[in-house]
Amino acid sequence: MEFFLQLLINGISIGFLYGLAALGFVMIFKSSSVLNFAHGELVAIGAFLFLTLVTSAKIPVLLAFPLTLAGTFALGFLIERVFLRPLIGESLIFVIMLTLGLASMFKGIMLFVWGGNLYMFPDFLPSWLSFRGAGIYVPPVYVLSTAVGLVFLVLFGFFFKYSSQGIYMRSVADNQPAALSLGVNVRRVFALSWAIAALVAAMSGIVLGIINGINVHDLTSIGMKVFPVVILGGLESIGGAILGGLIIGLLETFTGGYLSPSLRDVIPYAVLVVILLVRPYGLFGLVEIERV
Amino acid sequence: MKAFRADPELFRSRREQGDRADLSVDGLTLRFGGVVAVNDVTLRVRTGEFLSVIGPNGAGKTSLLNCITGYYRPQEGSISFNGRNVTHMHTHELVREGIGRTFQNIELFPGMSVLSNLLLARHIHYRYGFLPAALFFPSARREEVRHRRIVEELIDFLEMQSIRHRLVGSLPYGLRKRVELGRALALEPKLLILDEPFAGMNLEEKEDMVRFLRELHGEWKRTIVLVEHDMSIVMSLSERIAVLNFGEKLAEGTPGEIQDDPEVTRAYLGPSEEG
Repeated sequence: MEFFLQLLINGISIGFLYGLAALGFVMIFKSSSVLNFAHGELVAIGAFLFLTLVTSAKIPVLLAFPLTLAGTFALGFLIERVFLRPLIGESLIFVIMLTLGLASMFKGIMLFVWGGNLYMFPDFLPSWLSFRGAGIYVPPVYVLSTAVGLVFLVLFGFFFKYSSQGIYMRSVADNQPAALSLGVNVRRVFALSWAIAALVAAMSGIVLGIINGINVHDLTSIGMKVFPVVILGGLESIGGAILGGLIIGLLETFTGGYLSPSLRDVIPYAVLVVILLVRPYGLFGLVEIERV
Repeated sequence: MKAFRADPELFRSRREQGDRADLSVDGLTLRFGGVVAVNDVTLRVRTGEFLSVIGPNGAGKTSLLNCITGYYRPQEGSISFNGRNVTHMHTHELVREGIGRTFQNIELFPGMSVLSNLLLARHIHYRYGFLPAALFFPSARREEVRHRRIVEELIDFLEMQSIRHRLVGSLPYGLRKRVELGRALALEPKLLILDEPFAGMNLEEKEDMVRFLRELHGEWKRTIVLVEHDMSIVMSLSERIAVLNFGEKLAEGTPGEIQDDPEVTRAYLGPSEEG
């Protein structure tokens, strides 16, 4: 029973991280229907930026964290400005190819700067964040990831429902010409969605880095893990991204715990196939019915 | 049947002063690769005027409208609105300048109610900031009420009271066209651009639409540019007509002049036997 509870809690906190990573992916897809293959790289860049600020520049953690978020926000903005804006109006396949190119470029730069080693953050999380009781022990980082996941879920829910920028984003996702005719600044919406996506990706990168250590290859592979998560939850759904993340996270930890650690990475994809057979549009995706 | 006809506050306050909406298009040329969609077109729209643009299929009517509303970028020529050069303005800036439009193939938010679709168009007129909105100050509430009233008046005017809360995606085609007109009006445009608002409508729906446009122009002094294929409607509504053919302006004049123009007849019916 204690083993089960421990796995459950680990699964939930890992799941929130996957959900958080997927959230950024969904933001971009929602506003511009672009599948961002460079998402794992954004996750890794966030973690490395934080690492450099904390270890090399010796900036206190509480300051380094907002600095990292601001930096990645700016990076997302820049990516949209420099690489994606010239492609507005071009066929979607070009844009998707471009994100593939961005992925290898960023990965190359990171390998060049930091190499393929495994780094560790200094231990900075206070121990009062941990939880002990009922025979289980939850390390502080798992409490942190759950909290961060919940906070961002609520923040984004409010952002999309009530803020005018959030409403603009939804209108652009729904019908771009209509949004244009109402005077929505579509370019700004695209830029903002990339910036926010990079920010949440960095966020999940930092926390994942605390759990597993920081390594270019490990962190960028999260970009691939995002696919089962978002397809499971439905490509356009924020809530679906979080729930998909939780399901994948739980599946992983339970397979690792009860079956075999080597099956961990396979099971999510197997379940993905089954779910797509039953609900091809994901759990919360838009069911598109077109009259012919 | 209601005897009272709505008279939206938003137009009443402005009827005396009249919204200035002078559009001039000079030497406009738009190419897609080797295809010249619009070729050296010059056109004037004066405040309070009802101008129709007609022409055979593929004559460049919609391309012309898309240039005016900022969806396409013309290679040559200039467009100015109320004396300002708007040739290179973005779509969202043009909406704030006061150019509102509808589309040939309706562009609405199908998963939202009629009311929400119209209210969304009001966003450019919201004034309150983040804090008053978050705490719902009386000032924010008053403004919400004002926007809702304007939208309700438009709903009354377009006789959509009974479908107010229906999802747009569930409405028949003719009503969707009406919702789209309502949404364009909710922007309070100075210049209203309508791209084939009658396409695909049955006779009854067309009659309703003609009534609305007549009132918008006659009573409320709106400036309207209409692209339409139905000649009887064009002839009865317009004050002036411009004819496009193969991207070029063929003729311009009153409905009477256009009907008698031999060039126009030739473009529509082909060259006559006697040559």
